[in-house]
Amino acid sequence: MTTETKLPFDKDNVRSFSKEMSEPAWFEELRLKALAEFDQLPMPRPDKTKIDKWNFTQFTQHTVKSSAYPSLLELPEEVKALVDLETDNKNLYIQRNQTPAFLTLSEELKSKGVIFTDIFTAAKEHGDLLKKYYMTQAINADEHRLTALNAALVNGGVFLYIPKNVEISEPIQAVYVHDDVEANLFNHVIVVADDNSSVTYVENYFSTMETSNTLVNILTEVIANVNARVQFGAVDTLAKGITTYVNRRGVAGRDSRIEWALGLMNEGNTISENTTNLLGDGSIGDTKTVAVGRGEQTQNFTTKVVHFGRHTVGNILNHGVVKESATSIFNGIGKIEHGASKSDAQQTSRVLMLSEKARGDANPILLIDEDDVVAGHAASVGRVDPVQLYYLMSRGIRKEEAERLVIHGFLAPVVNQLPIEGVKKQLTEVIERKVR
Amino acid sequence: MAGSTLTIKDLHVAIDGKEILKGVNLEIKGGEIHAIMGPNGTGKSTLSSAIMGHPKYEVTSGTITLDGQNVLEMEVDERARAGLFLAMQYPSEINGVTNADFLRSALNSRLGEGNEISLMKFIRKMDKQMEYLEMDLDMAQRYLNEGFSGGEKKRNEILQLMMLEPKIAILDEIDSGLDIDALKVVSKGINQMRGGDFGCLVITHYQRLLNYITPDHVHVMMQGRVVKSGGAELAQRLEAEGYDWIKQELGIEDETVGQEA
Repeated sequence: MTTETKLPFDKDNVRSFSKEMSEPAWFEELRLKALAEFDQLPMPRPDKTKIDKWNFTQFTQHTVKSSAYPSLLELPEEVKALVDLETDNKNLYIQRNQTPAFLTLSEELKSKGVIFTDIFTAAKEHGDLLKKYYMTQAINADEHRLTALNAALVNGGVFLYIPKNVEISEPIQAVYVHDDVEANLFNHVIVVADDNSSVTYVENYFSTMETSNTLVNILTEVIANVNARVQFGAVDTLAKGITTYVNRRGVAGRDSRIEWALGLMNEGNTISENTTNLLGDGSIGDTKTVAVGRGEQTQNFTTKVVHFGRHTVGNILNHGVVKESATSIFNGIGKIEHGASKSDAQQTSRVLMLSEKARGDANPILLIDEDDVVAGHAASVGRVDPVQLYYLMSRGIRKEEAERLVIHGFLAPVVNQLPIEGVKKQLTEVIERKVR
Repeated sequence: MAGSTLTIKDLHVAIDGKEILKGVNLEIKGGEIHAIMGPNGTGKSTLSSAIMGHPKYEVTSGTITLDGQNVLEMEVDERARAGLFLAMQYPSEINGVTNADFLRSALNSRLGEGNEISLMKFIRKMDKQMEYLEMDLDMAQRYLNEGFSGGEKKRNEILQLMMLEPKIAILDEIDSGLDIDALKVVSKGINQMRGGDFGCLVITHYQRLLNYITPDHVHVMMQGRVVKSGGAELAQRLEAEGYDWIKQELGIEDETVGQEA
């Protein structure tokens, strides 16, 4: 028996949904084209994880309506903790399931031409700009079934555009709340930093309840144009029962820089891809990832930096903890294309296993098609070092606390990179809860 | 007098099934400083690891007690909370855990729940001791021992000693790899601890350290036993004449463990 792949949502459904959202024609066409191609496309093939039994395509409900949050005070308590309630000058988007539920952008940023709005409003009001970047540079709809599925069925997401020469110091935050068991999410996030601009964007995917057989398919495109800088922070905490495909991909122009700090803390089966394409000469990609696997879940994390431009620098740092019967695969890929001379590809992946049944794997892959480059990798899979525990305990620290310190320390280099205090604190608390 | 007493009786210790200590007897009281000297490979570091409870070292017979309590039945952390401290020859490096967080955890684990030291009080105490040891205050926020030079690690061990104020401390080759200035600083820290409540066992190859920390008792270890004990003058004689005279006196040809007299 093969898994059912016929989609429960057809051309007519797509058309009427698109109409309902008042989308421009190009957007609807892009949907329909992707839908038509779906059948011919392969599934993605994450290295060392078999996903043919996973359900990424079958669902009963495409669209759910949730009510908006009239004010931040109406947010669920857990979500409040993520948001800085004190500051007035917030730049914050909250999406409840698929519904844009709260949005605020400071007057200052508005006056500078910054666009920060849900993807449907963006399609309506900033169609030409969105069209320029939407699935044209970072992710293509026809890469495989799950990119096509997202293109065809997108029902949530955000567009953030920073105009030329605008440098934003305060972080811009998006929170995607999942609180309806009927809600399947096809989210599409686009962050564009135009020439000489800089921005910090931080997102949370947050479940307030357990569910079963829910789909979340996330495409995130980050475009850093010439000499731009994007710091991208994310903490994913989707519940058990949600199967997630998340693809976060950046394209770096000349002398630009994209830095990722990702806390991948989903409780369900997850395929996560994070790629940075260093197109422009002198561009820099830096990825730091922490992940915790527990229970029965299987997760596959691929972190990839591809060097096209000369003098490009790519750094990957993955730290993962695996406990109970969970499986976590970390694929680190550094790829240097022909012509990307004087480039430097570095990666480190470390996996700490906390139980006998936990399975962890760190696969460093270097693909180099150019002579004049520097590359290096380090990978390790191991257990908590008994000599480290002995050292800590010899100072009076109890065994559980010593283990906690070692595990937190193991993850700290990434946690400390997160640019919003509330989110950093949240990630620390999530880790605390998960590794206990 | 409020000092504690660490008593070691006929201690035998094996590592990977090979016996290293073959009947060590020693008693250290609060207020006393003992030095154990001896060439390499005679069991000195094994003794310190066995007292602290290193997982690789197996006590095959004999007893260790602290004020009558059976140390060998305690977990490593319980030994520490009972008042023992070991400044290690090779301290572990722990990524992501700052020196300050580590020390506060250690201190609070001793004080117990509900009696934790306040953050401000802790910082003041730590700053004061770091200044005393002429340490860069930034070291509080560096990851524990990570990237520390040999000398910085040793100072950091003494910082922990001063912060945690144990009843009995064992210093395992605290002097190795130190230049003379660092040695003076480390000695200053140890001397600061001196008092009726504090007993100390200093393990060293070199008499040099004992120029700065005058021991009350000096013991020589060979072949996994204490073969000679005396006062401070014994260390001076060892410095002047080496170990050969002891070997001759006792008829020992090879002083390392595994060679029988």
